[in-house]
Amino acid sequence: MEKKKWRPDVTIVLALVIFLFLATTPFYLSMFRVSLLGKYMCYAIVALGLDMIWGYTGILSLGHGVYFGLGAYCMAMYLKLEASGSSLPDFMTWSGVSELPLFWKPFGNPVFAMVMVIGVPVILAVIIGYLTFLNRIRGVYFSILSQAMAMILSVLLIGSQEYTGGSNGLTNFTTIFGKSLSSPSTKLALYYATLIALILIFCVCRFLISRRIGKIFIAIRDSENRVRFTGYNTAVYKVFVYGLSAAIAGIAGALYVSQVGIITPADVNITPSVEMIIWVAIGGKGTLAGPMLGALLVNGLKTAASENFPELWSYFLGFVFIFVILFMPGGLVSLRELPGRIARKFSSKKAEEDELNDAFIADR
Amino acid sequence: MTPLLQIDDVSIQFGDFKAINHVSTTVGDHEIRFFIGPNGAGKTTILDAICGKNHVSSGRIIYKGEYEVSKMKEHVISNLGIGRKFQAPSVFNGITIGENMELAAARKHTLYSTTFHTLSKAKQEYIDYCLEFVGLIDKRFKYPTRLSHGEKQWLEIGMLMAARPELMLLDEPVAGMGRRETEKTAELLKKIKKECSIIVVEHDMQFAKEVSDSVTVFHEGHILDEGTMDSVSKNQTVIDVYLGRGGEK
Repeated sequence: MEKKKWRPDVTIVLALVIFLFLATTPFYLSMFRVSLLGKYMCYAIVALGLDMIWGYTGILSLGHGVYFGLGAYCMAMYLKLEASGSSLPDFMTWSGVSELPLFWKPFGNPVFAMVMVIGVPVILAVIIGYLTFLNRIRGVYFSILSQAMAMILSVLLIGSQEYTGGSNGLTNFTTIFGKSLSSPSTKLALYYATLIALILIFCVCRFLISRRIGKIFIAIRDSENRVRFTGYNTAVYKVFVYGLSAAIAGIAGALYVSQVGIITPADVNITPSVEMIIWVAIGGKGTLAGPMLGALLVNGLKTAASENFPELWSYFLGFVFIFVILFMPGGLVSLRELPGRIARKFSSKKAEEDELNDAFIADR
Repeated sequence: MTPLLQIDDVSIQFGDFKAINHVSTTVGDHEIRFFIGPNGAGKTTILDAICGKNHVSSGRIIYKGEYEVSKMKEHVISNLGIGRKFQAPSVFNGITIGENMELAAARKHTLYSTTFHTLSKAKQEYIDYCLEFVGLIDKRFKYPTRLSHGEKQWLEIGMLMAARPELMLLDEPVAGMGRRETEKTAELLKKIKKECSIIVVEHDMQFAKEVSDSVTVFHEGHILDEGTMDSVSKNQTVIDVYLGRGGEK
């Protein structure tokens, strides 16, 4: 019987290179740059969750800003209460609120806040997922629904100014767990905490994909009906992966707000939600390492372009997106097939190349 | 003795159109039953109803004398031991042939078991046996995109076998196959028959003659005749509406 051929997995190598790079940047980059990278890492975490649901399971969610935002707001409420001490948060006083609203109170406890960072997005995702997937709402209808959610959340946040800070969002934090947020050591600690979260989440996703459950995700993407007739209740799997990606986005949001120091309704709206999808598409969906790379590169590029060509940067970004979609439908990760293609041009061993190609197609 | 499957006065309606009109029949253990008839006679519709894809408008479909499958969801029906193969080969292209088989062979379908459990050694060996049986054992680490049309059909039959169903529903398993591939499929079905009952929808009459134990002839939503291939092919009405036309061989 033929044994499975061992082939170095390009995406694992890529992930290791990314982790190594991120772990060493504080030694040679300025604190300003490191903080920016910390922010991009949060985006990379979101991209991992999106890759699980879109890249592997084939469900396109255009509203993941919601879960990112919910995680961020839960964390921000804690930070805000810690910053205000015994007095009322500043924006509440401005809006004429005299007493801390009931649902704010438990967020003074950091443990509660951190549980909610995951709990709130997961509960919402499970409810939404249960209702939609059980009723077999899928494809473009689900995408539209998820997009509407992003819109609703941002409208809700803006509308309830006295509880959420309205369109200004939550900001002016001072400390986290009693440590000053502006001190370099706290920033560095948060940076490494984010890196560890990124690595752990990557490992969890990778583990799931390597197990039978991961194969079921891919099978659902390929032909959901067939999975159902094979005896699997696909709705359960879809709700699970949706909840998982929501939890991941929530964690990313909490890490984001701790490092960036502000969260506003604009960060949870449709535009950032769609941008998240762009990172995954540019990096190469269904590869885990690709979307991470996509999130880091696109945001790095965005910063570089906005620093150097403040008027043109958004065109620049649009151009990159169109270029990748047109010429590299598999995303940046598909560059790995390039050596194979070149080799095929010069080699007569076609069969072997076919196999390489095969693995590539299948990995997508 | 209760039959394995009992279709009891079933009608299926789509809007105003009656696709199936008061159909009753039974399928026994280890029987290969063919559903034949002209296009639009309702053969596939009734298969869809058995596996939960269509809802019946009236009547009941009883499995093993106790389960009313006409009121159940697809995955529940599948877990009761009714396997379905659709007309177009639908295998999962994103995972290897071996992994396709594993998904089909696994009996526990909870999130926990699919995450933490691996298949038992006995299951693995049975998968190997099934792959050997359909002749795809050497390709188990390849992806189904590389398979020919016929091989995909066999992979799907292999997947059905791996699930160890007691009733297999096959929709045109030899459509698009050459003579040699068809013969091989016939052999496969005869072997599989030892383990379960099979219902086949097919237009290939030679194939039906070779493999079937009994046939049911459908025409415009009702049953025209039922019996062995030899007996129905002598029925004058059957010859008139279907066999005699000869065009659908």
